Amino acid sequence: MYEGIVQDLIDELGRLPGVGPKSAQRIAFHLLSADPVDVRRLAQVLVEVKERVRFCSVCGNVAEEETCRICRDPRRDPSVLCVVEESKDVVAIERTREFRGRYHVLGGAISPIEGIGPDELRIRELMTRLADGAVTEVILATDPNLEGEATATYLTRLLKPMGLRVTRLASGLPVGGDLEYADEVTLGRAFEGRRAVDD
Amino acid sequence: MGLYRDEAVVLRTQKLGEADRIVTLLSREHGRIRAVAKGVRRTTSRFGSRLEPFTHVDLQLAEGRSLDVITQAETLHPFGARVGADYERYTAGTVMLETAERLVVEDKEPALQQFLLLVGALRAMCEQDRPAGQVLDSFLLRSLAVAGWAPSFDGCARCGLEGPHRAFNPAQGGMLCATCRVPGSASPAFETVALLGALLAGDWDVVEASDVRHRREATGLVAAYLSWHLERGLKSIALVERV
Repeated sequence: MYEGIVQDLIDELGRLPGVGPKSAQRIAFHLLSADPVDVRRLAQVLVEVKERVRFCSVCGNVAEEETCRICRDPRRDPSVLCVVEESKDVVAIERTREFRGRYHVLGGAISPIEGIGPDELRIRELMTRLADGAVTEVILATDPNLEGEATATYLTRLLKPMGLRVTRLASGLPVGGDLEYADEVTLGRAFEGRRAVDD
Repeated sequence: MGLYRDEAVVLRTQKLGEADRIVTLLSREHGRIRAVAKGVRRTTSRFGSRLEPFTHVDLQLAEGRSLDVITQAETLHPFGARVGADYERYTAGTVMLETAERLVVEDKEPALQQFLLLVGALRAMCEQDRPAGQVLDSFLLRSLAVAGWAPSFDGCARCGLEGPHRAFNPAQGGMLCATCRVPGSASPAFETVALLGALLAGDWDVVEASDVRHRREATGLVAAYLSWHLERGLKSIALVERV
């Protein structure tokens, strides 16, 4: 145990995800020996991020203004909407540079065992957004795990009767993987979603 | 560090660190196990979807100091894929997993009956296409019975007098005769009581011929019986979707 403030710093750092007591101690002593200017900058960013960042009122992504950069961009295709679980997923899809439509962040996936049902997610907001008919295709890009699949199943059931084109991200073999290590479900999906090779 | 092999159903997964997960399993020979699956969240993980909830897997585990480590996994039944594609099955199935986790408390103590019951219920739901809501009700009654809280739907739960009786009380353990009846007991329809008996016995001919009204009433009584005996309610039960 250290004296007062040093221990407080270690305790606070230790509450961060993935930071154990040893790492917390190491970071704390790094901060103690670091240049005061650097530490002040870090502290300022921490305060500012909580003050300035909020959630986009349209899509639910993290934003610094009322709406996020993607929702404000007039060049984005307003007829295609990609539904994702988290803001992190928006970044992952943006990195592919393949998608030019807009997003809707649900804020998680339906997980009854954690007590998370459809009402805890931004599904009502999604339905309101689709009501004006501007969107013609919804891409369900929830995680390819059980919760993500179940969430996609739930959304499909809601969206299909609205006459929209509902698509789900393809799943199959990962690039850089080995066929012999692919599990049955993934390999089965890869077969299901196989396509003709273009000449 | 010893290696051991067992078959199990994945009950729950929790994220751990960068790419790992803690997987809670109900196994055939070692009861409930909590084990680490390393790197399972990476897209190139060799475990792939094998350690998703509902999957029935053949596992090799290495004993660890606090948690065991999963070293190999082979799918026996990929129930998860069939469950995830049907929302009603998903919500009903999740309650089964949560109940199994709650009822098998002791880590590494064998709970063979609970294990067989869970695999049987998932099979009935996914492979034999039995209605998810009724598979769930049947599973709940039977797993409570295995855990030592068998309800009585025929004889009086207090004095043993042969039925049929009119009153049902979860706290007393099932149906009550006119003499033993306590205030606050429910008075379900005779058909509902017969349905509850069939759900407990696994008599699917009776269950599938039953009326929607009686199914609903039976579901309500099963839920009341379950919440009385588990004390703490299940998180997933409020989200079950019934048709």
